[in-house]
Amino acid sequence: MGRNNLYGVLALAAFILVFPLVRRFDSFSHYLDIMVFVGLTGMVTMGLSLLMGYAGQISLGHAAFYGLGGYTTGIMTAKFGLSPWLALPAGMLISTAVAVAVGVPSLKLRGHYLAMATLGFGEIVFIVFNEWTALTSGPDGFGNIPRLSLWGYAFDTALANYYLVWGVAILMLIFVLNVVNSRVGRALRSIHGSELGAMAMGVNAAKYKVQVFVISAVMAAIAGSLYAHFVQFVNPPVFSLFFSIKLVMMVVIGGMTSVWGALLGAALLTFLPEWLVFLQDFDILAYGLILLLITMFLDKGLIGLPEVLYRRLVRAAGREG
Amino acid sequence: MTGQIIQYVLTGLTLGSVYAIVALGFNIIYNATEIINFAQGEFVMLGGLFMVTFVHSLGLPLPLAFPVAVAAVTLVGLMMERLAIYPLKNPGVLTLIIITIALSILVKGLAMFAWGKDPYSLRPFTGDKPIPFFGAVLMPQALWVIGVTLVLVVLLTLFFERTIIGKAMSACAYDREAASLVGINVRRMIMLSFMLSAALGAAGGILITPISLMEYDRGAMLALKGFGAAIVGGLGSFYGAVAGGFLLGLVESLGAGLIHSGYKDAMALVLLLLVLFVKPSGIFGQIEVSKIKKF
Repeated sequence: MGRNNLYGVLALAAFILVFPLVRRFDSFSHYLDIMVFVGLTGMVTMGLSLLMGYAGQISLGHAAFYGLGGYTTGIMTAKFGLSPWLALPAGMLISTAVAVAVGVPSLKLRGHYLAMATLGFGEIVFIVFNEWTALTSGPDGFGNIPRLSLWGYAFDTALANYYLVWGVAILMLIFVLNVVNSRVGRALRSIHGSELGAMAMGVNAAKYKVQVFVISAVMAAIAGSLYAHFVQFVNPPVFSLFFSIKLVMMVVIGGMTSVWGALLGAALLTFLPEWLVFLQDFDILAYGLILLLITMFLDKGLIGLPEVLYRRLVRAAGREG
Repeated sequence: MTGQIIQYVLTGLTLGSVYAIVALGFNIIYNATEIINFAQGEFVMLGGLFMVTFVHSLGLPLPLAFPVAVAAVTLVGLMMERLAIYPLKNPGVLTLIIITIALSILVKGLAMFAWGKDPYSLRPFTGDKPIPFFGAVLMPQALWVIGVTLVLVVLLTLFFERTIIGKAMSACAYDREAASLVGINVRRMIMLSFMLSAALGAAGGILITPISLMEYDRGAMLALKGFGAAIVGGLGSFYGAVAGGFLLGLVESLGAGLIHSGYKDAMALVLLLLVLFVKPSGIFGQIEVSKIKKF
């Protein structure tokens, strides 16, 4: 995982541990809630950054995997009274199956068919959430989803959920960092560099791309399940195309060539609406503009900003000297 | 029952015409640049809304408002290319996809700013007296939609096969380097492809607004269906786009009428996925062609 990443993980873990202790400022509980959402969204964007930054593919349907996790959990626990610990793996299983079904054919093709396939698939799932009223209660959604509990301990406060979600998120972060620096990660980077070259060296490009796509889908499904248990309510709009696009935005804005960028993006875009309240619905204008400018002028995202500034500085100093 | 089926078919062909127009727009930009322009649906939305403004707010007569609205959207297409695509140095496909997504969000936001969230209606071009047709009824506007689509296809084919600019644009599609070697300004052709595609999209939006109304967030679904039509017909092929558009429209309308109306949008998308998985070169496309394309 590398020394720098290890320090990074430790620093993040320390911050997560300490953050709730400084509950001195106003609306602390509100910020705790937002931090839970940052963790949930971060799980999805970390997987997505594997797919985008390392496999060079884009998915416009990850909200659907998030939704599959959320709805599977919700339906199994609230409607059929099954244990959450049965529902969570069920959601992961369904997402895996769907991801394989969508990923295998579209990733066999060269190029970016996955983008459109996932876009179409995401819309279909969204329509099913709305229309299959017998199971999903339609556009209104349904509540009464129980909190998670473990050996008699119920995660029934925001703080407990905060630690739970971030514990899982940090485990995922460690997992993703290991994938990046493993055989799979190296294979993916070689595909990104030159698919033909990688294939000539015996790398099965399509297989690795499907693997990463499935991993990212399962990560989204886990996040979705946790979301359902935290909010205790699911309804379709949360899992719409716009959320899929927002996830892509987070990855790009944070920096898609780094897992840390994906977390930064998730944090930034989850907090941003808090600061952009005055824009009301017109915040999508701001989103569009930020996304456009970052893609055009900062291809490594915000996480790459210090490096770019540093290089500028060195160059400027070189000209003067 | 037959009357009903004929009715669904007519509706399907009308819808399909619009999908075909969007698909043609995708193909024009794709052929020149290998970009899949995710903002394609926004051109349709803008066309409809500009037309509504010119006709109902400014009181322009239809024959005048039509070209003015098309010109306005063409200008938007031009600006998109000049401001966001042209400045890029050697962009990858992934970057281009994200850029066009950003553009579509931006245009959608601006449209919401300008027109608000409510859907707008537009008066039909030549009255709204239904024409009886074998036990079904045909709205005059549907005739306009289907007719104009067919005319546009013929014009486009003539443009690409008979005019020097059209031929130059096709040359870029075959081999960009070879095209620039024989003196074709590839950059200019890319700009033209965005303008042409915007103009087409606008025409589609103007035609459909009297039937289905228009609002700021209609673009994404239209783009997705248009892309579906382009894929079904074989990405890059003009006649394929039209056939794909009609097929998608028919599947959607018959599916909604005979099976379940709530799944209307899902059926067209399932068809898209099926074609993508089973025969990605499109029902009418050749496999060799699809292999050399980048997207």
